[in-house]
Amino acid sequence: MTRFIGFLVVAAVSLALAGSASAEGTLRIGMTAADIPYTGGQTDNGFEGFRFVGYQIYEPLINWDLSRSDKLPSLVPGLAESWEVSKSDPRKWIFKLRKNVKFHDGSAFNADAVLFTFDSIKNKQAAQFDQYGSAQISWRLSALKAMKKLDDYTIELETPTVTSFVPYQIVYMVIVSPAQWNKVKDWRKFAEQPSGTGPFKVARFVPRERLELEANKGYWDPKRTPKVDKVVLLPMPEPTTRLAALRSGQVDWIEVPPPDSIAQLKGSGFQIVTNKYPHNWGHILRLDKEPWNNKAVRKAANYAIDRVGICKNLLNDTCVPGTGVAYKGHPWFGNPKETYDYDPAKAKEILKAAGFDGISKRPARAVALISTSGSGQMLPLAMNELIQKNLKDVGIDVDLQPIEWNSLTQRFRIGFTGENAGVNALNISFNFLEPFSGFGRFFHSKSVPPTSVNIMPFVNPESDRLLDEAEKTFDLAKQDAILAKVHELVVDEAPWIFVVHDLNPRAMTSKVKGFVPPQSWFVDLTQVSVAR
Amino acid sequence: MWRYVGRRLLLAIPTLLGASIIVFAMVHLAPGDPIAAILPVDASKEQIEDTKRAYGFDKPLPVQYLKWLGRVVQGDLGKSIATRRAVILDVRDSLANSLMLAVSSSLLAFGAGIALGLLAAFTQGRALDKMASAIAVIGVSVPHYWAGIILIIIFSVQLNWLPAMGASSDGGLVGYLRHMALPTIALALIPLGVIARVTRSAALDILNQEFVLALRAKGLAHRRVFAHVVKNAAPQIITVLGLQFGFQLGGSVLVEAVFSWPGTGYLLNLAIFQRDMPVLQGVILVLATFFVLLNLLVDVLQTYIDPRIARH
Repeated sequence: MTRFIGFLVVAAVSLALAGSASAEGTLRIGMTAADIPYTGGQTDNGFEGFRFVGYQIYEPLINWDLSRSDKLPSLVPGLAESWEVSKSDPRKWIFKLRKNVKFHDGSAFNADAVLFTFDSIKNKQAAQFDQYGSAQISWRLSALKAMKKLDDYTIELETPTVTSFVPYQIVYMVIVSPAQWNKVKDWRKFAEQPSGTGPFKVARFVPRERLELEANKGYWDPKRTPKVDKVVLLPMPEPTTRLAALRSGQVDWIEVPPPDSIAQLKGSGFQIVTNKYPHNWGHILRLDKEPWNNKAVRKAANYAIDRVGICKNLLNDTCVPGTGVAYKGHPWFGNPKETYDYDPAKAKEILKAAGFDGISKRPARAVALISTSGSGQMLPLAMNELIQKNLKDVGIDVDLQPIEWNSLTQRFRIGFTGENAGVNALNISFNFLEPFSGFGRFFHSKSVPPTSVNIMPFVNPESDRLLDEAEKTFDLAKQDAILAKVHELVVDEAPWIFVVHDLNPRAMTSKVKGFVPPQSWFVDLTQVSVAR
Repeated sequence: MWRYVGRRLLLAIPTLLGASIIVFAMVHLAPGDPIAAILPVDASKEQIEDTKRAYGFDKPLPVQYLKWLGRVVQGDLGKSIATRRAVILDVRDSLANSLMLAVSSSLLAFGAGIALGLLAAFTQGRALDKMASAIAVIGVSVPHYWAGIILIIIFSVQLNWLPAMGASSDGGLVGYLRHMALPTIALALIPLGVIARVTRSAALDILNQEFVLALRAKGLAHRRVFAHVVKNAAPQIITVLGLQFGFQLGGSVLVEAVFSWPGTGYLLNLAIFQRDMPVLQGVILVLATFFVLLNLLVDVLQTYIDPRIARH
């Protein structure tokens, strides 16, 4: 027995001393995704897939400029050097493609590659049609109807109607290598040996465990040649696992550390990086049924929420109060009449004026469907309990119905029908990266299901008119001004209970240098380095 | 003997069929659906229908089940919905990792558990017995995922000795063993407690029998008496060992989740949240097969050690 114990002790000590030397110039990232996002091009796992896989291995014709923290990323030339809309027929767009760009497999990027990718998403009859990738992305590319090659480095795109939102759709279509696909002729196999033009290429792919990317030394933009040799991506859905991996030195960077660990991490010398970005967390209300069909009740609810308390006490400053779809300082915020500061007295006043004295007459009891966890959902249980209490304090009774994340996304799709007939609100978080995601899909009457996700339904002729006008306005500053008007209208109508905007917290060791947190869901990993 | 084995193997078929039907039904009865996990919420109705058709989810449940069964009989477990990789590959990789963990934690638990149990039995009522029994009780009562988190805090976060998660394949064998150390300990706790307690009571049972008294009266050396006791207690202990090994293989969902150990438990957990039915069904079917075979092996071993069992 003593010998056995002795053996165990020796084994444990020698294992410990063997040490975990990390390779130089390697950036190891703990993602929140449960699995490695799809590497075959049109990626999955939402924007985390784009962040770490889609936009690192591949590139779209138009890129986001992710180099700055102080302003929203603008759209800059990617695989297209320039683009313009035809003066004679504004439904036609001409893209001039970049020359001398090579895919990771060595083949040349040209118009054929763009058409090949387009067909893999849009043409069910094409041999390279990617059923899975197409399902992920084609709803974002609704305005891209037909594509034509004018010459090897020029393509023409046609849209069904006049729309200035085309560049905002083009950013989501990343270009894959036809040569590589033709070698394997199967998207799953392609996903294991993918080939794009991005700053990183896949070095090693261990299904469900890790994805290793290495710097693409031949990247076309010398300013964006990666500073690290290697990026290792590890799926770690459990927040505590991510935290332990960071603290034990297994990774250099984790996404979304648990809020209650932030003070301790800062104290131990870790960097906590945050910035605003187009994320919105709130309750989407059912507008055709009591109690939320009453605008006064919706407004009162918005004045009842202690947003500062939620961000300060519950989330350790990893969010900012949300009083609309966009945050203050965003070009679309505008100048809404309602400020929705925490003001329970005002909330009660509004309710009283609407005939609810809070004793004999209260708004009808509402049911809110919430999730227990989930991507972008922050701390849904604790936050919703606080919201429930805030609402109760002013005389609005809400029952919370927590369900698991997968079920919530499924129930969101159904809208307020069938299984959801008794539900009055859904708590789900969204991006407002571009006009359609932010406004079009929620606040235009043509987005009522089955077309899109205006499930409330929010039907407002003025909102429709403004959104249509924005879509036809090609001057970006003017477009922003129109969208700000939409925002003012939406804030005043209060079809949601606006709650918070996440600040996208990340924790990193002090060795990680050069990372600039953009106001975006995406990141530029090329400028990051890892000190010895 | 061979007839017995043959009959038991035949009996395994309805057992496995039953298990697969229950899994299939439960997965489909649970709220949520696989399409929701793999498609964005904004995907169009047409895309959803196309995807459902591509995976065969548009067919009635019994048809889906029979189609699945038909493929399984031919050795094809289908493809994962989330990764579109053959399930058999996922099962193979994860099973190898889980087997490693099951073997290492079983070795630790069996060795330490039997030693503790015997120690307790032979020092019955004394301080050593109390101590050994206390360790056994702690082993059984402490939730192993909690123990896992505590181990991570001590050995990974505070001391920085061992990695907290994953099964890195960079560091070669040493790297693999380092990653395995903490989950092994966490996973060994429960079986250690169970085995120590069973061993203690089995040994005590035998110790109180008259033949032991006779052996002692004969003047047999302590060591020889010990050997007789162990041999007589063995069948009971082996039954428990077999069961525990089966649990180790399939019952480590929580521990594997805590350590992100890419085994069957981790895969099951992932598949449940992604509603990845082919993976779920494939893994459970393979695990159930292991359980059945293991039980058979235990039974055969028992009759081998104690021929009296075969006569009953």
